[in-house]
Amino acid sequence: MRLIVDGKSIEFEADPEMPLLWALRDLAGKTGPKFGCGIAACGACTVHIGGEAVRSCTLPVGQVEGEVTTIEGLAAGGKLHPVQQAWLDEQVAQCGYCQAGQIMSAAALLEANPDPTDQDIDEAMNGNLCRCGTYPRIRAAIKKAAALKTAGI
Amino acid sequence: MASVGKIARRTFLIGAAAVAGGVAVGYWYVSRPYANPLEGELAEGEATFNPYVKIAPDNTITVIAPRAEMGQGIATALAALVAEELDVPLDMVKVEHGPASFAYYNAALLEEGGPFPFYDRSLMAETVRGALGGVSKVLGFQGTGGSSSIRDGFDKMRQAGAAARHVLVEAAARKLGVAVSELSTADGAIEHKASGRSVTYGQVASAAAAIDPPATVRLKDKADWKLLGKAQPRVDMLAKVTGAPIFGIDVILPEMLFGTVKMSPRFWAKPAKADLSKAEKMPGVVKIVPLETTYGHGFGIIAENTWAAFQAAEAIEVEWDAAEYPADGAAISRVLADALASGEGSALRHDGDIDTAFADAPRERLVEAAYEVPYLAHACMEPMNATAQFKDGVLEIWSPNQMPTMTRYLCSEAVGIERDKVDVHTTHLGGGFGRRGEMDFSVYAALLAKEAGGRPVKVTWTREEDIRHDTYRPAAAGRFQARLGDDGLPEALDIHIASPSVIGSTLRRMFPSISPLGPDRTITDGSHNQPYAIPNYRVTGIAADVGIPVGFWRSVGNSYNGFFHECFMDEIATAGRTDPVELRRKLMAGWPAAVKVVDRVAAMAKWGEPLPSGRARGFAFTLSFGGWVAEIVQVADTPYGLRIEKVWIAADVGIALDPGIIEAQLVSGAVFGLSAAMGQEITIADGMVEQSNFHDFDAMRISQCPAFEVAILENAERMGGVGEIGTPPAAPALANAVFALTGKRIRTLPLSKEVAFA
Repeated sequence: MRLIVDGKSIEFEADPEMPLLWALRDLAGKTGPKFGCGIAACGACTVHIGGEAVRSCTLPVGQVEGEVTTIEGLAAGGKLHPVQQAWLDEQVAQCGYCQAGQIMSAAALLEANPDPTDQDIDEAMNGNLCRCGTYPRIRAAIKKAAALKTAGI
Repeated sequence: MASVGKIARRTFLIGAAAVAGGVAVGYWYVSRPYANPLEGELAEGEATFNPYVKIAPDNTITVIAPRAEMGQGIATALAALVAEELDVPLDMVKVEHGPASFAYYNAALLEEGGPFPFYDRSLMAETVRGALGGVSKVLGFQGTGGSSSIRDGFDKMRQAGAAARHVLVEAAARKLGVAVSELSTADGAIEHKASGRSVTYGQVASAAAAIDPPATVRLKDKADWKLLGKAQPRVDMLAKVTGAPIFGIDVILPEMLFGTVKMSPRFWAKPAKADLSKAEKMPGVVKIVPLETTYGHGFGIIAENTWAAFQAAEAIEVEWDAAEYPADGAAISRVLADALASGEGSALRHDGDIDTAFADAPRERLVEAAYEVPYLAHACMEPMNATAQFKDGVLEIWSPNQMPTMTRYLCSEAVGIERDKVDVHTTHLGGGFGRRGEMDFSVYAALLAKEAGGRPVKVTWTREEDIRHDTYRPAAAGRFQARLGDDGLPEALDIHIASPSVIGSTLRRMFPSISPLGPDRTITDGSHNQPYAIPNYRVTGIAADVGIPVGFWRSVGNSYNGFFHECFMDEIATAGRTDPVELRRKLMAGWPAAVKVVDRVAAMAKWGEPLPSGRARGFAFTLSFGGWVAEIVQVADTPYGLRIEKVWIAADVGIALDPGIIEAQLVSGAVFGLSAAMGQEITIADGMVEQSNFHDFDAMRISQCPAFEVAILENAERMGGVGEIGTPPAAPALANAVFALTGKRIRTLPLSKEVAFA
């Protein structure tokens, strides 16, 4: 089986029913996407497929169509993605475990909607659970990232 | 408070050790330092000065922050203490957790284990604190919990930095042939300004390490702090925004196998009948191993990948024995009710004369209420996991844990090897909240590693296993009775709290041969030690053993006592026609730190000013872990249900070392408490936990998250903790707001059983 992950072609043998998350973590060595629930209820496993935010814990690897981007491939050309930069500036993460998924969801949101309202943010991010309660800083960081992105930084 | 005599005659529980044990070994042993565990693991040319500082010739400065980083920012805060005194910027420092070692004992973890409230500075209270800190040292209790890491590390870490700097300067003076007094330090270098010559720390590190450290060091005055007292960029932030492999679940080792566990859903029950044949034949399955531990019984699955292990776990067909404890919610409530009715228990607070105060109380002056809360799971975002390798008689374990020395001990016992044959690597923790002070996930990995032919095994639990095999925040019930005076203030307050003993349950898992002695103070923590002057005030805790494993859940007893006590204070305010904030001001007048947080939060929220219709506010205060915290919650009635609009927090922690981290922790603690109050409960049927994943044990989502406004005060005399103190007042402030809005006095949690939240 062959997948393009973070711009690189990866080959591995897997049961096509295996969720993409486990193929990435256990077979491809991509531990950035996290296991949280296995039922698409927490968003920790969020990756991009063809630019869309997808929960990799319930998507069978055999059904993946398109290039996969994980948190590990989000920064381009040695420069953090504006969402990552905003997360750093706003000091969002606490334990950090959900943040890969939060950042991937936020990056997809800003691709689709460069200037989201509070309500847009709440709707797009509601599937990403954070037990540390970093939500206020996530909101601030998404606004900041929107500004960075608009300014082309 | 109970008299000194009463306390002295009594034993009380502080984890594994009774206070008498600490006193008996004597000061000489307590004060004896442990060997520096870094000595044995230095890189070529690297020098170490004490268990907290290593410096390499290239001037790489490594600080050991030997507490679990589980989101609370402890790696940053502890490193900043060392860096401040070492005179280096924080970004010059590499921060590591370091090995499991007795040298990293946490004295403050046990210090408050006695029955004294935090504000009690009497000789007796201080003597017991010293003795309990000594117990921790003697036991080599390296642990992260009780919001104690900074209280423990505040002097220790600064001294480590200062002592290292002292010998580095000394070595530089010898090398440059000048007097120490002519040298100054900055940015990891030592400069002789007069001649313009300088050396880096790395250049003199080896020579410096050979110099005897000074007997005493002078620490910087607070006014000279460059890092402390100011928000610092967290040392772990870049790794956490780039998806770096820092968590236990991210460990990858050569030749690694994967695994999971399927433990009995009835606690401590064994398999009556099991058929492994189907599971064993599944592709990718390597081996299925029966597990028998003090945490429970079941099976471990070793496989080629985690998914195969999960599939095989599901395919194991097993009939489990029946539960040996009350097997459903009604039976558990009965145990608590019977305990409350028993007339037994221990009063850790008994001021005045309660019986006389109530004997002639007229009916209309009495306020009475009964409260109850359910079991709760921790539900850390990172499911329980650990990785272990057993090779050539040595067990190596990579574990996201809060108790490295205990992990080492229980894993050595489980595998049957000496303690010094176990190496524990503590990774970052994807949430802890007390759950990762347990050893089950490490012990299971160790037992599977023993069966893996020398290969490492990463053992990851499913979310379902995680929710159904927690060490739960115990269910608890409270009976409250107050007698009001002519002024509406309470003349007498009598409280009975029944709950399973967290300490007793923990001992059963960790030290099954030790039986608990004396009262468990966690049962009334948050009720018996609050800064309220009420002439007749009694708080009685009754241990009501149910048999379901219970453990330390962020703020422990304060999590339910805060809810009970502060909702009942609101009931007293209503019955006595006193404003809830005014009631606190009057009853707390003897504790200025308390009054100041009450005043501040009231000012921030403009308490007392009229609100638009459909909105209301509730107030609560809890002193826990040395943090004085007042919170106000505002709720609004919306067509979709109640919405928590805003939360104001004022907290006094004595000395605020990193306001950015403290603010984050206060908000975090409040969100944790509000999540539980709104909708969480763990229920039992047929001896098994009914919930299994985030669809039926959810937490606050971003759309439900209120706006926060936080003030950090520094009036308290003693330094307090931070990580847990935001949690206890959150639930009662919310419940009191719901009462103010709807007139419904809800005395059981979660509130969602009575009102809907948007």
